[in-house]
Amino acid sequence: MSAPARSDTRGGTSTALLDVRKLDAWYGPTQVLHGLDFSLAPGSIATLLGANGAGKTTTLRALCSMVKTRGEVSVDGTRIETRATEDIVRMGVAHVPDGRGTFLDLTAEENLRLGGYARRDRAALAGDIERMYRYFPRLKERRRQQAGTLSGGEQQMLAIARALMLRPRLLLLDEPSFGLAPMLVAAIFDILRTINREEKVAMLLVEQNAALALELADQVFLLETGRIVISGDAAMMRDDVAIRRAYLGY
Amino acid sequence: MDAFIAQVLSGLATGGIYASVALALVMIYQATHLVNFAQGELAMFCTYIAWAMMEAGFPYWAAFAATLALAFVLGVAIERLVIRPVESSSVLAVVVVFIGLLVICNSLAGWIFTYTIKPFPSPFPTQPLFGNHYLSSHGIGAIGITLIVLVLLFLFFRFTSLGLAMRAAAQNPVSARLVGIRVGWTKALGWGLASAIGAIAGMMVAPIVYLDPNMMSGILLYAFAGALLGGIDNPWGAVIGGFIVGILENLVGAYLIGNELKLTVALIIIVGVLVVRPSGLFGRVVVTRV
Repeated sequence: MSAPARSDTRGGTSTALLDVRKLDAWYGPTQVLHGLDFSLAPGSIATLLGANGAGKTTTLRALCSMVKTRGEVSVDGTRIETRATEDIVRMGVAHVPDGRGTFLDLTAEENLRLGGYARRDRAALAGDIERMYRYFPRLKERRRQQAGTLSGGEQQMLAIARALMLRPRLLLLDEPSFGLAPMLVAAIFDILRTINREEKVAMLLVEQNAALALELADQVFLLETGRIVISGDAAMMRDDVAIRRAYLGY
Repeated sequence: MDAFIAQVLSGLATGGIYASVALALVMIYQATHLVNFAQGELAMFCTYIAWAMMEAGFPYWAAFAATLALAFVLGVAIERLVIRPVESSSVLAVVVVFIGLLVICNSLAGWIFTYTIKPFPSPFPTQPLFGNHYLSSHGIGAIGITLIVLVLLFLFFRFTSLGLAMRAAAQNPVSARLVGIRVGWTKALGWGLASAIGAIAGMMVAPIVYLDPNMMSGILLYAFAGALLGGIDNPWGAVIGGFIVGILENLVGAYLIGNELKLTVALIIIVGVLVVRPSGLFGRVVVTRV
């Protein structure tokens, strides 16, 4: 660990929803993450910031066993790092992946139905699809359309709605603002804030747009070449001009 | 004119069988992006199982249903035990496994049931249905069974959440895992379904070509031609392609080159499609930036 952490934000294992200890990750022979330590309280929002290639996307993938890892990852006190991706999802960890992961040949509504595939209470799915249409009315207009024909913004909404269909405890978001018009970004972040407040869904957000992420998040973890170099309160980070200039570029 | 209609209709009957096998090929192609060369031999082996059960005194439809169930289990088991361990290695490894399965099924059938050609019963009456003189009852029955299978599959994939999950897993396995689909099992299920569809095709074709360990080799070629013609990644295309090949085969055989050279039709279609339009009539054209 190169730089000292500004504050210790880790909760104890008993209270944290997500607890990560000494997490390493590899792409093939290349080690990308080096001993990440962080945790996330239930219902809170944390953001991972950092330059391209710092390992933000890899961190989200590592949490879902999508890459080779070493270290400990717990959700609600249950160790998950040896489980398969689909089993981690079934524990209530939803992932809006890099590139959106849309099922392009299926309709928008089928994409939503798939989002709830792992749930036991299948009867509630129809109601939840309607709930998603209230959050994202555009998706309702497009419900019978092939998802591949949706615009980038609509596909991003679809990806978020699909993840929410799981009724997750923890939502991993990989650049929800990517390629979207500013108006739409603001709308999507408003919805995320609402969902966090009303449904107590904890979120781990990877974002290029640091200003935006800092407004939404409670905590910040700043990554540099696969290591957490700074972690702390989002409000504090917003006010720290030196950090903003050095790491966040605004 | 009468002869022409008769040729077209009997082409439809065999076309239905090609369509079924083509559909089985497409189902496995969608999951693995490889053509299962052993599909025909698996179907042949299952047909022998049906034959053995009928010899043991089972009534036709009981043997039919039991064979479908066995074929399904066999398909799942093959995927789990044989395909899965080599799946992530090279394409050639999987192709070699397919060819190995082909040879094993063929020799096993010959060893257990001998190479003597056997008659296989048809569940349909011997008198032509509805007093028509174009098509045998078995031909009509085979078309009917094919259509029933197609409709059931359509309903399964379109309206059940398991069917939806299988489509999702075939399209985008990474995303499918991220919504909690057990992609490995959907593949195994695809193999089971493909194997059961193949078994139906085998039981429908055996009364026409008689049962012997090599009965499916030609049919697999026609089915492959049908699947390619319709588009190897498109189930509907494969079905339509299967029917087209069945009719073409009959017409070309009857009016152009004679029955002895009919198999050439399949090969010409395969080469022709690959040269002129590799994606087939209804397939998706995949453009890759290099």
